[in-house]
Amino acid sequence: MEKLKLRLKSEPVNRAKEISKEIVEDLMDLIRENTTTSIERTVLRLFGIIGADIDDTPYVNIIVKQLMKKGVLEMGASLYVLNACVHHDEEPEVIAKMVAEENLDLTEIPMGDYEKINALSQRLTQAAMDHIAKIKDERDKLLYETWSDPPRPYKYVIVATGNIHEDVVQAQAAARQGADIIAVIRSTAQSLLDYVPEGATTEGFGGTYATQENFRIMRKALDVVGEEQNRYIRLVNYASGLCMPEIAMMGAWEGLDFLLNDSMYGILFRDINMQRTIIDQYFSRLICAASHITINTGEDNYLTTSDAIEKAYAVTASQLINEAFALKAGMEPKYMGLGHAFEINPDIKDGLSYEIAHALLTRELFPEATLKYMPPTKHMTGDIFKGYAMNTMFNFVSVLTGQDIQLLGMLTEAIHTPFMQDRYLAVKNADYIFNNTFSLGKEFSIDDDSFISQRAHKVLEQAIELLEHTREVGLMQSIEEANFADIKRTQTGGKGLDGVIKKSPKYYNPFEGAFRRLLNLDDEVFEGGVH
Amino acid sequence: MMIYPYGDTTNDGAMQLSFTLPLKASALAKEAAKSLVKKMGFEKTEVVSMQDLGGDFSFFVVYGHTTTGINTDDIQVVEAKFDHMDRVQVDEYIEEQIGRKLVVVGATIESDAHTVGLDAILNMKGYHGDYGLERYKNFEVYNMGSQVLCEDLIKKCKEVKADVVLVSQIVTQKNIHVKNLSKLMDLMEAEGLRHHIIAAVGGPRISHELALELGYDIGFGPGTIPSQVASYIATTKKERLENE
Repeated sequence: MEKLKLRLKSEPVNRAKEISKEIVEDLMDLIRENTTTSIERTVLRLFGIIGADIDDTPYVNIIVKQLMKKGVLEMGASLYVLNACVHHDEEPEVIAKMVAEENLDLTEIPMGDYEKINALSQRLTQAAMDHIAKIKDERDKLLYETWSDPPRPYKYVIVATGNIHEDVVQAQAAARQGADIIAVIRSTAQSLLDYVPEGATTEGFGGTYATQENFRIMRKALDVVGEEQNRYIRLVNYASGLCMPEIAMMGAWEGLDFLLNDSMYGILFRDINMQRTIIDQYFSRLICAASHITINTGEDNYLTTSDAIEKAYAVTASQLINEAFALKAGMEPKYMGLGHAFEINPDIKDGLSYEIAHALLTRELFPEATLKYMPPTKHMTGDIFKGYAMNTMFNFVSVLTGQDIQLLGMLTEAIHTPFMQDRYLAVKNADYIFNNTFSLGKEFSIDDDSFISQRAHKVLEQAIELLEHTREVGLMQSIEEANFADIKRTQTGGKGLDGVIKKSPKYYNPFEGAFRRLLNLDDEVFEGGVH
Repeated sequence: MMIYPYGDTTNDGAMQLSFTLPLKASALAKEAAKSLVKKMGFEKTEVVSMQDLGGDFSFFVVYGHTTTGINTDDIQVVEAKFDHMDRVQVDEYIEEQIGRKLVVVGATIESDAHTVGLDAILNMKGYHGDYGLERYKNFEVYNMGSQVLCEDLIKKCKEVKADVVLVSQIVTQKNIHVKNLSKLMDLMEAEGLRHHIIAAVGGPRISHELALELGYDIGFGPGTIPSQVASYIATTKKERLENE
């Protein structure tokens, strides 16, 4: 594929990246000095604790709640669970059952021999890191050695039946029709649950819960089709929300390839507390970076709530902040699925010129990123024929401007979750356009004084303006001022602040260090040690 | 008047259908598609396209001529009737006929996380070139956003003495929107608010008929613009005040 070239000026690009880096650096103390209930639950999951009590409360929630109630979570959940393991000479999962079913109070066990605790910690940490590495290596081998990475743009479709077994039928059919990537839409409002449900879902609303068991079932189903089709089918789920780190861990464990993971989405669009989100996104991205999971960011949401021309700069600013956060978490650019969308009102004259300008701006600002391009949704009306035409234009812009992940538009968007034939029609549309315009991009060049070039530079300038202000007042204050998506959130408002805990100087979390060492992040001590 | 679908000749009854069958694309599948459509009452059926969807599925486009017509005299429509005014007219109307600002509380309730519809009606910017209710002088608007619990919505309505509650329901599967909307109505009844507050609901799957069935005053379907909602609120509020 040969794409159009914008020849973006380097000076504003460098400035934008520098400012974004400073915005994010300003938040590193917050991230360093605090942990969250979700991070602590993630650590316990990494120690192999899965399962829930008879009321479906996950064991990890029960343990973290107990430690929080006793006021010792600031030390990190690992220490108490490890100590109990040493004391009872049992594995963490057994200790978890004892806490949940026999009311074992972890804080009443006298602190045992540090050397034994340390040794156990090292063994369990290494086992988890080994498992994550193994899953990552297996996927990379299938993707790049056994078979090969499919041509871009990748064709990405969603399934959303509410029943994982029905999802499997639809996902396998979509893969056979030519889809490269399958996303299982989550049950509505899962982002606001402060726990991850257990087990296979057979009745969800608007989607299927993200659970470790559902991940496993779908991964296996796609591997079966992959084997049959001689290619690797990528699997996507959603991490943004109150359980961002836990879902990242489960994705890493079960071989997911993409996770929706945005540094601001939960704050703005789900009213999750901003401190919680900022702290959680860091740990979840460490896991994604270590697992070669491509994060997908949610900038398309800015355009469904605001005007796509007026607020184009908000997309750009958010992409830059998401990139800066991801770099801080040791993520390579190719695992950054920065988002944007084709959402300009189709009635606007020359709307396509704007779309091309915005798409090229994103492409050239992030040349190595695996960009994710979202289809029209806001202006889809139920007129499926017009909708199909709009999706054709969307596919055209994508191939022309060199996008990487194409979330295929459904002609029945705004009507219902896709029928099987809707996905088929979407894949055929994409196949037709991608093939038919494969090299078209190199036939044209864009003048520096053309509308498209001027527009792209203007959006970048507007984004820089917002970023400069944000650097001056700080990201959290800037969100309080409703500078992103016109949505105002406060530092202490929203859901989940009660799950943010200031770390004690003796805080212990062996995985933070393990991930940071693996990712060659600066060697400053994050995790503490067993003191 | 008796009518039939129109293809290219009056009363020819021509229609296009498309659907998927759980069969491998094959002569059998094609015949099954044709027989199915015939059984539905179509004549001169023609399977113009059969596509293999992979696995045991195939997709059909079928044309046929229905012999079923409909007598328009037998049809009853439940339609909300109100005069449609523009923003300036609505503001003037409220000033003259009511004499105070009307308080509007909006939310998407319970599991629904999508505010596109609600924002289109309430946000200053509006929808389709028509300004939202926040832009009106004589509306005091509280947009509570998404996933608001019915209990919280009711609390807010009491707190700000709402004249109107505006609920949007977009995402729906297995009729969850009906459940959510019924819950709100039940709570409003229980709190004794139902008769003081105009209850309006909007969304792609909402019809006026469904809204009435669920106990709401009006339902707004897709394509509704803010000034329609505003006109309805203003005229209905005036009627209510007259009847009190």
